[in-house]
Amino acid sequence: MAYSEKVIDHYQNPKNVGTLDKSKNNVGTGLVGAPECGDVMRLQIEVDEATGLIKDAKFKTFGCGSAIASSSLATEWLKGKSVDEAIKIDNMEIVEELNLPPVKIHCSVLAEDAIKAAVNDYRKKNGLEEIKFEESAVH
Amino acid sequence: MLKFPIYLDHNATTPCDPRVVEAMVPYFTENFGNAASRNHPFGWQAEEAVDYAREQVAKLIGADPKEIIFTSGATEGDNLAIKGVFEMYASKGNHIITCNIEHKAVLDTCKHIEKEGGEVTYLEVNNEGLIDPKDVEAAIKPNTILIALMYANNEVGTVMPIREIGEIARKHGVLLFTDATQAVGKIPVDVKKDNIDLLAMTAHKMYGPKGVGALYVRRKNPRVKVTAQLDGGGHERGMRSGTLNVPGIVGFGKACELAMQEMDQDAKRLSALRDKLENALLQIDEAYLNGHKEHRLPHVSNISFKYVEGEGLMMGFNKEIALSSGSACTSASLEPSYVLKALGLGDDLAHSSLRFGLGRFTTEEQIDYTIEQVTKTVNKLREMSPLWEMYKEGIDLDTIEWAHH
Repeated sequence: MAYSEKVIDHYQNPKNVGTLDKSKNNVGTGLVGAPECGDVMRLQIEVDEATGLIKDAKFKTFGCGSAIASSSLATEWLKGKSVDEAIKIDNMEIVEELNLPPVKIHCSVLAEDAIKAAVNDYRKKNGLEEIKFEESAVH
Repeated sequence: MLKFPIYLDHNATTPCDPRVVEAMVPYFTENFGNAASRNHPFGWQAEEAVDYAREQVAKLIGADPKEIIFTSGATEGDNLAIKGVFEMYASKGNHIITCNIEHKAVLDTCKHIEKEGGEVTYLEVNNEGLIDPKDVEAAIKPNTILIALMYANNEVGTVMPIREIGEIARKHGVLLFTDATQAVGKIPVDVKKDNIDLLAMTAHKMYGPKGVGALYVRRKNPRVKVTAQLDGGGHERGMRSGTLNVPGIVGFGKACELAMQEMDQDAKRLSALRDKLENALLQIDEAYLNGHKEHRLPHVSNISFKYVEGEGLMMGFNKEIALSSGSACTSASLEPSYVLKALGLGDDLAHSSLRFGLGRFTTEEQIDYTIEQVTKTVNKLREMSPLWEMYKEGIDLDTIEWAHH
């Protein structure tokens, strides 16, 4: 199976690899997946408290090229969005942007889950109620 | 100058040796006869070529030419041996002993046998991939008719104690079948010394063409028979009907002859290169060898690089280096290699494995390049692995509640 050019580009030049200080109140962290399943994503957002917009996003991913690309792309899309906008990112948008084949759709689902988990972590830290998301369809 | 891509997946298949192709060519064009045509020179020529190849194949495994049944490959050989014995010896019993790291062609055939009313014992290997002959002996029952164990494993290269198992089989009057696909042509295999009754092999794993293989079926002490699985013209002593693939068989014979001549020097050279590769890669922090260090094929090494995922790792160099991973990220089940799991590896380590399979045309320059690329990519991916970061911070990953999906 050949990878799409966009997946290859994100794999070779991943955007926003790194770690944010999770002790800070304005940083939300989402850790999803499991080592036994072959992919784990950690995605973090840092929210500008004055504007409410995501000013930085970082990821680290254990997984195949498509998983790395999905999380790299997600961090790109998150920057500049409000927290409420962030949770509207749909995994199928990632699938389309990266031309992921059907067997790799779960990578995009994982990225969507990571975003939601990071937002909920941020909400929890700031005394907001966690949002209950519906189970993603593809797992 | 290095030519890309470098092929290090010789357990999947091997290129045809140019000398094999050269031997085959006339049998496509001038000498195209059907080996079963008894009444004209085209048929005689083809039959003569097949007989010669039969000798070449037999010689490599210490068999008599009459004991070689040509097949389409090892999958057919596995099916014919197991189903054929099960049907032929139905009056003697219905129990088969095999193990949990066999190739799917053996495991799925055994599953089929169970549906047909047979009984199958799947022995477990130890964490180096070896079968304990004592377990084999303990599993033998009055209704046992066949022991089916691989000579060498395709993923980790572990070589089974077939000779000891052969003695046990003989002692108890049980037939021994071995899928020797990975071993024949790579290490010495002798059906007489090893007390093997049936043996499956294939040409394309030993520099011969795809689509041709053989099943060795012992003719003396004891005389073994299998029920044919294909009905037709009664070729191959009635055990395998179908017009013989003459060019393929000629190529297979040539490949066996070359293996006979060059196996020792190939093995020596390849094990030195393999050791160089392996020693260098095991220098990487948290890299582990899978399988047995001594009892294994000379050209294989299977290594897990903890905290990086195998498919992601291969993507770092898959335009330049072709190899395999125990990760099954592309499969719908997301299940990693059942062989590595049978060796006791956790799913995480199985996902992190790479199999390096060297071959006759592998060069030291290619190995040096591979060491460099794999090391570089492992380091790069670990920099983006959350698991590596946790490991470095001293967090025990087993204490984390992972969201299994």
